[in-house]
Amino acid sequence: MSNEHSMRRVTAIRNGTVIDHIPSGQAMLVLEMLGIAGATAVPVSLVMNVPSKKMGSKDIIKVEDRELTQSELDRLALVAPDARVAIIRAYSVAEKLSINLGEELVNVVRCTFSNCITTNLREPLAHRLKVVQRDPLQLRCHYCGRPQDLSELANNVL
Amino acid sequence: MTGLITMDDLTNEQILSILEDAERLLPVARGEIYLPLLQGRILGNLFFEPSTRTRMSFETAMKRLGGDVVNLGDVKTSSVVKGETLFDTIQMVDGYTDIIAMRHPRQGAAQYAQDAARVPILNGGDGAGHHPTQTMLDLFTIKQAHGRLEGLKVVLAGDLRYGRTVHSLSHALTRFGCELIFASPSLLNMPEEIVSDLRSHGANVIETEDLYGSMADADVVYMTRIQKERFADEDEYARCAGAYKLHARHLSEVKQDMIVMHPLPRVDEIDPSVDKTRHARYFEQAFNGVVARMALLCRLLGVTVPAKIEGGAL
Repeated sequence: MSNEHSMRRVTAIRNGTVIDHIPSGQAMLVLEMLGIAGATAVPVSLVMNVPSKKMGSKDIIKVEDRELTQSELDRLALVAPDARVAIIRAYSVAEKLSINLGEELVNVVRCTFSNCITTNLREPLAHRLKVVQRDPLQLRCHYCGRPQDLSELANNVL
Repeated sequence: MTGLITMDDLTNEQILSILEDAERLLPVARGEIYLPLLQGRILGNLFFEPSTRTRMSFETAMKRLGGDVVNLGDVKTSSVVKGETLFDTIQMVDGYTDIIAMRHPRQGAAQYAQDAARVPILNGGDGAGHHPTQTMLDLFTIKQAHGRLEGLKVVLAGDLRYGRTVHSLSHALTRFGCELIFASPSLLNMPEEIVSDLRSHGANVIETEDLYGSMADADVVYMTRIQKERFADEDEYARCAGAYKLHARHLSEVKQDMIVMHPLPRVDEIDPSVDKTRHARYFEQAFNGVVARMALLCRLLGVTVPAKIEGGAL
């Protein structure tokens, strides 16, 4: 099945953002991380587990009437590092964006170590995880210095 | 340099320079010379966990240098028990003091406090994390005995799994090219990630369960307390603790200038018979906590320790 075909499972949007090549099953988490889960004023279309040549299967999200910013998209580096993003204006692709993993993830996820000072959620300073290695990904908490358990991080999304 | 959170905040040159300051401050620490370098400065002692030596030696260090100290007091009666965040506590103490010494049960608390404060933070222990001022006094004690830090053979023995003291110290010793021997019961081995981290920094590390057999050509034997509560059953504890109990009779074959250290408090791991030997250095080590912290307080407050210290007695 072609990519074109899978994109057409939902109608083309006039204005907004399309996030393609999300790993299969991660679309809900992506919406949550973007703060557009649940009640939201803008229409959101979500396609899950469609066939993909590159990935085997993938998820796609279309957010209408909202152009996501680069910094919003960079929050997705942990769950959808290879996602491709298109900003749509008047039914055409106006801009193409990719997701960048910077030097540090700020207020994206909280540390997985149970005795870290940041486990007290009333503490107001930003949650900060430093990228120490990219491939394979290794993160350390800025405060306690503990290496992060990547399999647990999805539960700690802020 | 703002505060001292981990030993990574100091270069080797800075470590040696602070140890030299500490050496010159010895007569001040002993009370033989009065040198009010920190007059008018206030240290905030924030100990969210019990501490005897660290808290008292910070207080002594500040007072020997003419400075003053305010204490958090008992956590049970402070605003912490009402649910105040560390951030808020630090905002308050930051306004009252010029520098803060802190111990906290949660790991990362010292870095968190440093990010929340304008004054320098001295980490006096954060959970199982770091305890750099202890490492500085340990390095001072080793340098005092051997005249150098480079290339020594150091045995670290006992509970290497949970002891933050030995974690910080082994990192620092690796930076000075020391050979490290980790002698511990298998249950209390040095955490694997620390051993591999040390090796990736070029450390020569040997792991063994045989303490007595590893002391023959050591320059330092650093003992730590094996805590009963780490063991599931009492027999296992008794067996392990027995294999890490140093007695004067174990010291007949060691090098003449080998020193025995311990962060204290000790329980059974060093028999009092060792106290009278030339090797015992743990009480001097505890005293050195004062002089090492004096040098650190001066450094972090931007006060230069004079190249020559002489002056009137108190």
